[in-house]
Amino acid sequence: MATYPEDCLYTREHEWIRVEDDVGVIGITDYAQEALGDIVYVELPSVGDHFSQGEPFGNVESVKAVSELYMPVSGEIVAINEDLAESPQLVNEDPYGDGWMVKIALSDPTELETLMSASEYEEYVKEEREK
Amino acid sequence: MVATQPKRSPLHETHEALGARFTEFAGWLMPLQYTGAIEEHLAVRTAAGLFDVSHMGRLEVRGRDALALIQRVTCNDAARLRDHQVQYSALTTERGTFVDDLTIYRFREDHFLLCVNAANREKDARWIREHRAGEEAEVYDLSDELAQLALQGPAASEILQSLTEVQLDHIRSYWFEQGEVAGVPCVISRTGYTGEDGFELYVPVDSVEWVWNRVLDAGQAAGLKPCGLAARNTLRLEARMLLYGHDMDETTTVWEADLGWIVKLEKGDFIGRDALRRQKEEGLRRKLVGFQVHDRAPAREGYPVLIQGRVVGQVTSGSYAPFLRKNIGLTYLPIEYTSIGTRFQIRVREREVEAEVVPTPFYKRPRS
Repeated sequence: MATYPEDCLYTREHEWIRVEDDVGVIGITDYAQEALGDIVYVELPSVGDHFSQGEPFGNVESVKAVSELYMPVSGEIVAINEDLAESPQLVNEDPYGDGWMVKIALSDPTELETLMSASEYEEYVKEEREK
Repeated sequence: MVATQPKRSPLHETHEALGARFTEFAGWLMPLQYTGAIEEHLAVRTAAGLFDVSHMGRLEVRGRDALALIQRVTCNDAARLRDHQVQYSALTTERGTFVDDLTIYRFREDHFLLCVNAANREKDARWIREHRAGEEAEVYDLSDELAQLALQGPAASEILQSLTEVQLDHIRSYWFEQGEVAGVPCVISRTGYTGEDGFELYVPVDSVEWVWNRVLDAGQAAGLKPCGLAARNTLRLEARMLLYGHDMDETTTVWEADLGWIVKLEKGDFIGRDALRRQKEEGLRRKLVGFQVHDRAPAREGYPVLIQGRVVGQVTSGSYAPFLRKNIGLTYLPIEYTSIGTRFQIRVREREVEAEVVPTPFYKRPRS
């Protein structure tokens, strides 16, 4: 069964963000990694790149398919997970931990209010599964 | 096109119970994967995998002139087949292009089984019937009566031997026998689509669930895993086995697909012979090659292929190769760029990545 950590906020495109002091760590959810299957490549932006909320910022590829990654919030990339180049399977193994993708300095923290809480996201996933 | 429900394998509920995730392929709802595409791929390379390939089409050609009819519609020389031998071949158009690729099983001179691609089953049956020129032979579609399993991998023979009296070490590659597996009469064929040793079983549909479960049980200790179409695709690509509708179709000739070894111009007349002879004399303008990508990004089907900044084609099959742990694929290139070591580029989204023509098959199983 998929897990939904309480300290994250979630997008409808199945990214999560965990915010501390206006820096957000971003990745994809357990549900997303399970749906994608074995991940073989993660394409990430560069440190210093700017993104608006909802903008594509990279791609995650499984054996079978490519999926775009969407920014939960606006801001500037301050770090990317370099380990994913060598070990993309970390996204499968530990989606909320070692499988994180980018860190972003938030330019508008009020955007966080538009995201889903863990319980809201869990409900949303339930509806997605029933489709 | 009228939207129709995809067809389901006779093993559909069995796959559901095993936790399979399904995908639609050629009008069929088939298992994409059970536990994971990479794990399943590696199981076939190191132990064994069991695939439900019941979506494949199974046509029977029977009658006094069955061999003559097959000779007319295919480009390989079916007259070289002995009873219980299997041959890879193609149904060719007048232009020497592919109606389909297929395996031909000879039971007797007047009785053959053709294993064809799922998407082409009706087309092939019609094509063969329509191209009879007085031959006394009938084409029957047995696809709904027979299911088809593939047991593939270095442990396949040992696993299957525990369920049959048939001496499997007497069945050579591309030969078959008829015999019981777990008490069910089957065609046991030493063929496959993975690059490994293994067998394909043609099983009556009412008994296929029984046989599937017996094989899975028998293979448990050896590490046998049920495998889906995701692993089937990456396995066949590593072994450079082509996929109809992707790597070749009615627009590509057998020479261009680099399958010249199945063209036997000297066998007598067949559909497409003149065109294939002409192309052989005139020379090819393009040819299918295998490539490796010098980048971590997989180059997938449909991605543009460039030489000196100009788009010359697209990737026909491309994937991360789980056993080789690199990104590989197939594409048609202008003939002057097809030699081993030639560099070219593939556009992966907004980037151009380096690729190189490499020898194929990408993977060759170690001789035991």
